[in-house]
Amino acid sequence: MPSTTPKTRTRASAYWKGLADGAPFLLVVMPFATLFGVLATEAGLNVLETLLFSAMVFAGAAQFTALQLMQENAPTLVVLASALAVNLRVAMYSAALTPWIGAAPLWQRAIAAYFIVDQSYACSVMQFEKEPGMTIPQRMAYFIGVLTFIVPLWYICTGFGAVVGTQIPDSWALDFALPITFLAMVAPMLRSAPHVIAALVGIVVSLLAAGVPYSLGLIIAGTLGMITGARAEQWFEARKVPR
Amino acid sequence: MIDPVTLWTVMIGLGLGSFALRFAFLGIVGDRPMPAWLLRHLRYTAVAILPAMVAPLVVWPAATGGEPDLARMAAAAVTLVVGLMWKNVLTAILSGATTLFVLLWLTAV
Repeated sequence: MPSTTPKTRTRASAYWKGLADGAPFLLVVMPFATLFGVLATEAGLNVLETLLFSAMVFAGAAQFTALQLMQENAPTLVVLASALAVNLRVAMYSAALTPWIGAAPLWQRAIAAYFIVDQSYACSVMQFEKEPGMTIPQRMAYFIGVLTFIVPLWYICTGFGAVVGTQIPDSWALDFALPITFLAMVAPMLRSAPHVIAALVGIVVSLLAAGVPYSLGLIIAGTLGMITGARAEQWFEARKVPR
Repeated sequence: MIDPVTLWTVMIGLGLGSFALRFAFLGIVGDRPMPAWLLRHLRYTAVAILPAMVAPLVVWPAATGGEPDLARMAAAAVTLVVGLMWKNVLTAILSGATTLFVLLWLTAV
């Protein structure tokens, strides 16, 4: 609901807003990181290797992809290409954040870049669109706020998962933490017909392209969904159909 | 067992590659204006790729060896519907997780 009176925000209030908006994602990040730790040790990595993996890459879905393919003894280049393909979306997040924080100093952008993940992107873009009057430092403060709990707990829970290793019973169904999280993130974004169309095309193509090797089906589905959404937006704009 | 050379090559390569992907626009494009067609496509990126990643995991979960599973399908549906109705990520996650655990427990009994 857009407010009629302009909101006054300070850097501190932006930080705390980010902290509050990011906190719910801990319920998602913690099991997800723990799961990575567990699966990595099951694949034969030691605790240090598992932690370094999480710290260096900092991209859950890509880490899971790489781990899975390495266990299948896929060629190193295929492992890298597939995991990076799964991670292509962070380049799009980077582009989506650029209009909002692209004017920040280069060193800040370099640090922020490392921390672009689903959660920081989704929270930030939603907030920046809702309050376009925020200044650049306020936006950076918000971005840092979102990450304050998420980042340390990502590392800690990866380590925890690696240490407890195989002791977590399958009955916890940790495998389904990822689908539930992503669906919960997407549902509130489906706010117009083009958004729904983009999601439906993504789902259908992804299922049809499931046989395409090396996770490339995901890239094909995401690209087609994105293009269809953009086309649908133009189509609705041209016809002024109420959305 | 994963060969250590492969592991470290993948870790370093994936680390550098992921940073490059994240830095590409934010670092290099900076505050130069971006074309409308690009921004229009970016609006639909997350909403297309996240469901695309989830769909096969819902329909063919690895935990059941790829067999469609009632508990997981129902959990996904509940998460989506609750998320659509209440626009709240946390409520949606909790509803989905509860559905999953209850159904897994019921089917196990």
